[in-house]
Amino acid sequence: MLNNNENEKHWLVRKKTIQLLWRGGMVILLLLVMADFFIHAHPYFGIDGTFGFYSWFGLITCVGMVLFAKALGIFLKRKDTYYDNE
Amino acid sequence: MIMSDFPPGLVLIIGAFLLPIVGQKFRPILTLGLPLVALYLIWSLPNGVFSIFPFFDYQLTLVHSDSLSRLFATVFSIMTFGGSLYALKQKSVLELAAVFVYAGGAIGAVFAGDLISLFIFWEMMAVASTLVVLSVGSKLSLQVSMRYFLVHVFGGTLLLVGILAHISATGSTTFSAMAPNTFGTIFILAGFLINAAAPPLSAWLSDAYPEASFSGAVFLSAFTTKTAVYVLLRGFPGAEILVFIGIFMIFYGIIYALLENDMRRILVYSIVNQVGFMVTGIGIGTEMALNGVAAHAFTHIIYKALLLMSAGSVFYMTGKRKCTDLGGLFQSMPLTAICGIIGALSISSFPLTSGFISKSMISQAAADESLTVIWFFLMAASAGVFLHAGIKFPWFVFFQKDSGLRPPDPPWSMRLAMLLFAGICIGLGIWPEFLYAMLPYEVTYVPYTVTHVINMLQLLLFAGFAFFLMLPLMKRTLTITLDVDWFYRRAIPAVMSRLFTLIWAIDAAIRKTVSKKMSSQLTSIEAKHNRLSDLLSRGYPLGSMAMWVAVVLGLYLFLSVVK
Repeated sequence: MLNNNENEKHWLVRKKTIQLLWRGGMVILLLLVMADFFIHAHPYFGIDGTFGFYSWFGLITCVGMVLFAKALGIFLKRKDTYYDNE
Repeated sequence: MIMSDFPPGLVLIIGAFLLPIVGQKFRPILTLGLPLVALYLIWSLPNGVFSIFPFFDYQLTLVHSDSLSRLFATVFSIMTFGGSLYALKQKSVLELAAVFVYAGGAIGAVFAGDLISLFIFWEMMAVASTLVVLSVGSKLSLQVSMRYFLVHVFGGTLLLVGILAHISATGSTTFSAMAPNTFGTIFILAGFLINAAAPPLSAWLSDAYPEASFSGAVFLSAFTTKTAVYVLLRGFPGAEILVFIGIFMIFYGIIYALLENDMRRILVYSIVNQVGFMVTGIGIGTEMALNGVAAHAFTHIIYKALLLMSAGSVFYMTGKRKCTDLGGLFQSMPLTAICGIIGALSISSFPLTSGFISKSMISQAAADESLTVIWFFLMAASAGVFLHAGIKFPWFVFFQKDSGLRPPDPPWSMRLAMLLFAGICIGLGIWPEFLYAMLPYEVTYVPYTVTHVINMLQLLLFAGFAFFLMLPLMKRTLTITLDVDWFYRRAIPAVMSRLFTLIWAIDAAIRKTVSKKMSSQLTSIEAKHNRLSDLLSRGYPLGSMAMWVAVVLGLYLFLSVVK
């Protein structure tokens, strides 16, 4: 069932569509950042009212969480058969 | 007792015992009809206390109805209805009956007006939910359900100790707001927190729930943790320690879900994450926060059930649960994928979904109270929810790579249940006023402002961007992540088995020495008697008996002569 022929694949997973999705996604992200010029921010603490706060905060914290999980995984990950002989 | 104040939970509990009796034909009528009857009873209850029974020196108040208990009971009965629809293909009557006792226990617990009746329903839920896991019938489900049961028996014991201490200190069984500052209330809080999957004992959740059946996991996700949220909401609003416990739970859920490979365990870790938001809100304790918690519990039950229905459908159709085995299923299971995505967007609180109108009330409350650090944590966590559940679940199950699996969508009953819950998720997102009207306090919050919508979209879409940037690091592996349960599954048994090896070695040494000593003693006694036996006969016992009889007779003769 696995096929590598581009044209036989579902249209959503063809290389061309994926490329298009990436480009479209970038445009949306850019537009969202730009939206900060137009909306009236009402910050609670100061920094959260600065330009692009929610954008970079979302990105940075998520990268941080993935890296933290990865680091924790070094110590706590085990093969999923670990408890099998109980 | 008139019909209008009949405890609604009892309808489901009594119904549970009818399920095995009625035939297969009539069972769906009961499983779909009883939750609706319960819902009707819940809404025909006026505010106040009903169904009061004497119990030794105390009184049991089975129904204490107000807006908060009505809200939770409502979502529990909607959940039971939707779950029953989803479970029409479930062949195990044991599971269905256990589910009805479980759901009835949950509704009973949220209506319980005093601590004793609360405890009775609490334990009923513990037993029934264990049976839901056990009903799978495999060796693994037996082991898992016994671990699950032990944790809940422990939690129940803490709760019982707390309740008894509280009653003896105050003389009152009333269940009302408390502060964790006496022996009794601290134990009550600890008992509640174990069921909320708070640290350190939270591993029971990710251990047990993924081993339930395709439908069992859907029910399990709804009742235990959310009943715990309810009792914390009623019992400990504004208890500061809950803020810290909640924040820990939020990030524990995200990190463990990021590391996880089993799709249902990902969703179960995200229960801990979502309950963390609620526990934090209870700790903040303002009217805005408590409203947010109640609203979030309601929306969470629906979208989490939807997510587990979507995962359950994949499990039902393919028998597979691991992300490494799945992928590309959107092609043949479009409805399951779309409903799963709606649930995923709701849990991530995307605008126009139910999560958006509930979770933001909790972070708003943190902002209103100027809890700076907490607010930044909550924002990071909102982004993290999209990361670990909002994208990770649909991506690895329905897209990712082509696993070659082409199962069709599940049977109509399961599809219908998913559509119903997806509809509620979107409906509440568009018309939040229905939910807001049911909340315990008046709602002044307006979720849909341009700023809020744009800010939330920025946060979430950049979280999504982070996911795809970090995708190489997120590659699924055939692994599990160790949790606190390692201590009672591995460390303590290992220490104990070594301890017992040592005890047995000492025991053996003592026995050996003693038996050596005894046998040498016996040998010397034997040798002595062997010498004696030569006197009268070769056989010692006979000879010595004859000798002693002779002695006695001689003595007798002597005494009679002397007399």
